[in-house]
Amino acid sequence: METVHLKINNIPVEVPKGYTILQAAKAANIEIPTLCYLKDINCIGACRVCMVEAKNRRGLLAACVYPAEEGLEVFTNTPAVIKSRKTTIELLLANHKKKCLSCVRNNNCELQKLALEYGVDEDHFESEVADYEIDEQSPYIVRDNNKCVQCMRCVSVCKNVQTVSVIGAIKRGYQVHVGSAFDKSLDDSPCVGCGQCIVSCPVGALHEKPQEEKVWDAINDPEKEVIFFTAPSIKATLGESFGMPIGSNVEGKMAAAIRRLGEGVKIYNMDFTADLTILEEAHELIERIQNGGTLPMFTSCCPGWVKFVEHYYPDFIPNLSTCKSPQAMFGAVLKGYYAQKTGMDPNKMFIVSVIPCTAKKFECTRPQLRSGDGDYDDVDVALTTRELARMIKRAGLDFTSLPDEDYDAPFAKATGGGVIFGATGGVLEAALRNAARTLDGDFKVIDFVDVRGPEVIREVTYEVAGIKINVAVTSGLGNARKLLEKIKSGEADYHMVEIMACPGGCINGGGQPYQPDSVRNYVDYKALRSKALYDQDKASEMRSSEESPVCKMVYDEFFEAPGKEKAHKYLHTSYISRGSKMK
Amino acid sequence: MAENVLPFKGTKAQEEQLMAVIASNKEVPGALLPVLHEAQEIYGYLPIEVQQMVADGLGVSLSEVYGVATFYSRFSLTPKGKHRISVCLGTACYVKGADKILTEIENKLGIKSGECTPDGLFSIDSCRCVGACGLAPVVMIDEEVYGKLTPKEINKVLDKYIAEEGGDK
Repeated sequence: METVHLKINNIPVEVPKGYTILQAAKAANIEIPTLCYLKDINCIGACRVCMVEAKNRRGLLAACVYPAEEGLEVFTNTPAVIKSRKTTIELLLANHKKKCLSCVRNNNCELQKLALEYGVDEDHFESEVADYEIDEQSPYIVRDNNKCVQCMRCVSVCKNVQTVSVIGAIKRGYQVHVGSAFDKSLDDSPCVGCGQCIVSCPVGALHEKPQEEKVWDAINDPEKEVIFFTAPSIKATLGESFGMPIGSNVEGKMAAAIRRLGEGVKIYNMDFTADLTILEEAHELIERIQNGGTLPMFTSCCPGWVKFVEHYYPDFIPNLSTCKSPQAMFGAVLKGYYAQKTGMDPNKMFIVSVIPCTAKKFECTRPQLRSGDGDYDDVDVALTTRELARMIKRAGLDFTSLPDEDYDAPFAKATGGGVIFGATGGVLEAALRNAARTLDGDFKVIDFVDVRGPEVIREVTYEVAGIKINVAVTSGLGNARKLLEKIKSGEADYHMVEIMACPGGCINGGGQPYQPDSVRNYVDYKALRSKALYDQDKASEMRSSEESPVCKMVYDEFFEAPGKEKAHKYLHTSYISRGSKMK
Repeated sequence: MAENVLPFKGTKAQEEQLMAVIASNKEVPGALLPVLHEAQEIYGYLPIEVQQMVADGLGVSLSEVYGVATFYSRFSLTPKGKHRISVCLGTACYVKGADKILTEIENKLGIKSGECTPDGLFSIDSCRCVGACGLAPVVMIDEEVYGKLTPKEINKVLDKYIAEEGGDK
């Protein structure tokens, strides 16, 4: 590999050619602040916060885009650099809605952090403060442009990573702002709700539609039976909100914390319905293969992906598995099966799912998912990991000191197959474990490692009971689009395809805890979070979904067997073509 | 965005013309800007229907098309009236009270600068210096230049146009 030699603050470093000054500085253990730059997402040199000085170079250089050159001598902390950064931050603050105390990003904001570090005067420049209407029409994302710093990270992740491009920069100069075409609400656009814009935003301009208050109200309502369940990935990320290292598995503390949110609050394990999804989905796959059904079959547990197909590739709707997502299955299990079993009134059950995702907030509202005849959704509220963390904090719980507790019976136990749903490739791997054992009782392989790992398109062929099964997996909707085009053109021929809308899967969902630039730009946080799940899977006694005792119970008592009529009524769904145009 | 009060009335011929422009630019990198120029030539303005056709034709998102259309001031998102009123807000005209002339026109026609009357007869725009500073403040209506105006005089000028159109404003 060709390298270049340069000095950062007089420290000599050797880095690969093509590195930027920002990357080279990290090699010298020096971090340069960023605001618009975000690794893998945005690199436009626009915010001017990362300016540095270099010997024999006129003016200051933007470290995020300027290449590390042979012999370059860079200085990252000179008075000129500090003055420039300070002025830039003060200019950004001039028309910023500085309502920091009530801001969702208070203490977690890149701009606030910089303002503190550079000792700025937030009122140094007088300016007209913009007065944009807050867009909160969609059931999942809120945009407050009064706090936007126009870093364009959200625009870039939406356009370049997800290839959905429902937001862009509008107008110019003082009037520039980010929004959807014709300044319509995001809700009128073909947005899939993945929420990657939110986790890319350095400030409080974007956040999930908050629903914690609804949950508090239900907890305080003696009429309501409040039932929580948590998605597989939450245990691998929630600890970050309490200062724990990335990749801490906090399953036990999470169960303990939710149980303590209020009297009678139940906490169930959504890994169970991940197992249930697998049993239904693997059954559906085998049936499609044996009966000449539409192939490839696409996984349907990711609501961002499902909405993407409904908007942009409606011709592929028959390929989507009819299985509801684990969240929706749990809603149907609770308000269908469990209500009947225990005599609870579904109208009085208040079902809260904790999910890594903003699209799941939309999923709750899909009329196709209502399994009962009453006027209620199967899942009442979907909370992001961040919202759950805020609830735990408000409840005054010392999270890191809580004991490790189990989920509540009867929905506590799950297999490793359910656990790995939270990482890209996990659903496919769990389905392969189960399908292989269904077709060949003696099948031994449990780790399908070829479908794991970061977001590229992975294609693998497995041979089970004399049948060759071609599978593909990817995450990120840009990759999904490439994969769909390959299938469309006939270039690829798969039996099953797993797609997660967010790069890396649910562990990197739009509802996960914010990680600052200082982490996202340098640490493979997605791998650390995934590892927590794969470690738990590895340590599980039961690793293939058919071993789940809870699944066995619900089939024996209610759904009979995968694919049977009752299972179909409660656990399967349908999709609609939504069109790719603005409303 | 100013309210688009007039419904889109594109013709088949205009659409064919636009499709031909798109077809000849489809493979050109950075085709969006020149295509939008041509589209505005064809339709006189860039309503959502036209921007959507451009987006679909070039395979770019509508939000990107809208971003470009709103970045350049020469692009108009609202239709132009049968009579196009252009109020010079250049330095000389401004110090001679062009802002008051503009307000007078806006009040009389009941629309803002950048908009078009619901009957499609008048649209108002502001411009910077038509090169007739000696006549400041200046207003152009279609190709006609009116100089040394006062709010009262522009009122009379507008009345003439309104009368010609059989109106009674």
